[in-house]
Amino acid sequence: MSNSPTTPGIVPARLHPEDYPRHFDDLYPDFDPHEARVAADRCYFCHDAPCITACPTEIDIPLFIRQIQNGQPEAAAKTIFDQNILGGMCARVCPTETLCEGACVREAAEGKPVEIGRLQRYATETLIAKGAHPYQRAASSGKRVAVVGAGPAGLACAHRLAMHGHEVTVFDAREKPGGLNEYGIAAYKTAHGFAAAEVDWLMQIGGIELRQGWRLGSDGTLGDLKAEFDAVFLGIGLAGVNALGIAQEDAPGARDAVDFIAELRQTPDVSTVPIGRHVVVIGGGMTAVDAAVQSRLLGAEHVTMVYRRGREDMSASDYELSHAANEGVKIITNAMPVAIHANGALREIEFAYTHAGETGLEPTGETFRLKADQVFKAIGQMLEGAPEELALDGRKLAVDSEGRTSLEGVWAGGDCTGGGEDLTVTAVAQGRDAAMSIHAYLTGTGG
Amino acid sequence: MADLTTNFIGIKSPNPYWLASAPPTDKEYNVVRAFKAGWGGVVWKTLGAEGPPVVNVNGPRYGAIWGADRRLLGLNNIELITDRPLEVNLREIKQVKRDWPDRAMVVSLMVPCDEESWKAILARVEETEADGVELNFGCPHGMSERGMGSAVGQVPEYIEMVTRWVKQHSRMPCIVKLTPNITDIRKPAEAAKRGGADAVSLINTINSITSVNLDTFSPEPMIDGKGAHGGYCGPAVKPIALNMVAEIARSPETAGLPISGIGGVTTWRDAAEFLSLGAGTVQVCTAAMTYGFGIIKELTAGLSLYMDQKGFTSVDDVVGRAVPNVTDWQYLNLNHVTKARIDQDLCIQCGRCFAACEDTSHQAISMSSDRVFEVIDAECVACNLCVNVCPVQDCITMETLPKGATDPRTGEVVGDYANWTTHPNNPMAKAAE
Repeated sequence: MSNSPTTPGIVPARLHPEDYPRHFDDLYPDFDPHEARVAADRCYFCHDAPCITACPTEIDIPLFIRQIQNGQPEAAAKTIFDQNILGGMCARVCPTETLCEGACVREAAEGKPVEIGRLQRYATETLIAKGAHPYQRAASSGKRVAVVGAGPAGLACAHRLAMHGHEVTVFDAREKPGGLNEYGIAAYKTAHGFAAAEVDWLMQIGGIELRQGWRLGSDGTLGDLKAEFDAVFLGIGLAGVNALGIAQEDAPGARDAVDFIAELRQTPDVSTVPIGRHVVVIGGGMTAVDAAVQSRLLGAEHVTMVYRRGREDMSASDYELSHAANEGVKIITNAMPVAIHANGALREIEFAYTHAGETGLEPTGETFRLKADQVFKAIGQMLEGAPEELALDGRKLAVDSEGRTSLEGVWAGGDCTGGGEDLTVTAVAQGRDAAMSIHAYLTGTGG
Repeated sequence: MADLTTNFIGIKSPNPYWLASAPPTDKEYNVVRAFKAGWGGVVWKTLGAEGPPVVNVNGPRYGAIWGADRRLLGLNNIELITDRPLEVNLREIKQVKRDWPDRAMVVSLMVPCDEESWKAILARVEETEADGVELNFGCPHGMSERGMGSAVGQVPEYIEMVTRWVKQHSRMPCIVKLTPNITDIRKPAEAAKRGGADAVSLINTINSITSVNLDTFSPEPMIDGKGAHGGYCGPAVKPIALNMVAEIARSPETAGLPISGIGGVTTWRDAAEFLSLGAGTVQVCTAAMTYGFGIIKELTAGLSLYMDQKGFTSVDDVVGRAVPNVTDWQYLNLNHVTKARIDQDLCIQCGRCFAACEDTSHQAISMSSDRVFEVIDAECVACNLCVNVCPVQDCITMETLPKGATDPRTGEVVGDYANWTTHPNNPMAKAAE
């Protein structure tokens, strides 16, 4: 007998096999050329456009939209990639409602911004689908740079360095490059192997060697890299996961959401991924939403997201939250987990309602329990395995405005550093800018 | 309900909307469909002389330009006059007029430029009991190469001569259709009037190439790699047509000459504008070809509602109402001083006004670091460009400075009406006494 959404416990294949491809396909299909031109026509080509300012990579959005309008999506793609070499992925995963589309004057005017994200996707997709790479490497500089981490920051940095003629070696601990693009984003946001295709496309610049399965610390130290290379960039992300700090949080059935998301991305058949009947996700960010929504897509009967503060404090965007609600995820706010009840298998989680007190978040005294056979913990990641010789700023690597760490010849960017939100697009901007700083350092052209 | 019936040079129709001489009026089938839909009249597609009919190309006849969502903005055609036998057209005209006696039936004509040809065709048309004829002196392609159409319309003497023949050999009301492919539209209108025309209709289509295929390097519409200029029409030509209609309506030589207005009429508003500039009826083609005959319901209902709202009871109340306000530049009031005003509540901060003014005009709009845009009165010449480029209607408006106020740009006090003819900078100025 096959499983269904009401089958107790954590089991695979709760749905009909035909449901899975549909559930995990692109959330939005790509624009066709006519749709793109109609959408592009809504752009006002603002002076000193607010959308550009709102984009961490400062893509010239009105320009690329005008290029789409005039029938040249490839030229539009070049405009995007000039600023953001991972513009294809950013078009899929950026919280555009809080960035470019949130700043769009038509959002102010009508509550309906120009669909910048989808237009960016249309343009980048057109060029990447052709397999054309619009950049050429400069003549070799003879300089060698080590980039640690093949995520958005590392790849953006590597590409920009390669463009300027430097030899880049990218070290990455995982089996595949891409970082969070490959392992940390919901499958329906980057369907059809886009993350891998984008890396392949990016690598066409040449001059970049990828060394997968190499972990900083165990396979080599920062000192080793400094000795071998002319400069080092660290884009090591946040490898650690915050713990709930409550009893039995490692009970069978309790799991880190990032692992679940990675498993879904890497499995050749999502129907084999086991999922609970009653799933509880703890957290209020994108990771929590991705885990909750995908739990529903796998056929979990009840999925509840619980966040300790109010909805306004959730880092997941309104768009993401309403998407989750549409998918049948129940969202509970102002409640924090206080106990996991298990007898062998997980049974229930107990929460305490919270309110903002004088000393911060305080329990109100009222508690409730949620039935749970599976719990995903998504209360944030933290820096782990950072070289000890580097200064920290709070819990992250300290860097200056150009991405320089406290150690000469070592730069860092992306989630492992402070400054900006932990977004793909922010990581790309930091990787790119660090590359320019490294380039200036290596060629003696910078200040 | 306003009365939309019209009596144009003795030709009555239930509303002022006629279908222009064009593909929609080439056959009984189409015309009957139009009348069923509610059109007030038609100008039957141009008939040629007896004998083998003309032939049309067998590739594309139309080219177009579009807005982003394929909204058709301008249409171009290289179709000729009717390619059906004369007898068939005449028989159908007679039948349709008999079946639809309350609708205007005007027959467009184009025959070689000799008296006998005109005399012959007029006799045939009279037998149909059609209400009138329209002389096609406008068609800019194909026929003009054979000495007809706009080849006649571009020579006022020919217009006068042919019109005289028509009036001499026919009792039917005669409308002369004018080509816009000339320098001064008043000259052919005057010639038509001298020849005895009862009315003029305008504009016919404008010489045009809609686009060039950048792969084959041929103009569109393309026939086997080549293209010929065609006649441009549709919404894009309306401003040109409005001006030409107004020029004839206000010229002392042609004032009072009835006008049937043509050129991009797509909505009731377009029609009302033509009427107000002196047209007694309007003729429609591209809008019908784009959307079908059903648009007549919006055209009639819209005009009727507008007239009710304005308290106009008949179409004649609208006709010519704007003509007295069309003047020459030299008579415009140079003491009418306005300044742009930006409504900060409506402003969406796109900055287009700033870019337009700063880059291309008078640097009269300031931009703050938090994107507040304000007019600098001391620089604003009131050109209106900011109003035109602003995407929000009524966000930027023009405020008139009252008499006695000082214009911060010039330091001068706003005075009474005064125009260029008396301006001190005008070397030809007359003494203002």
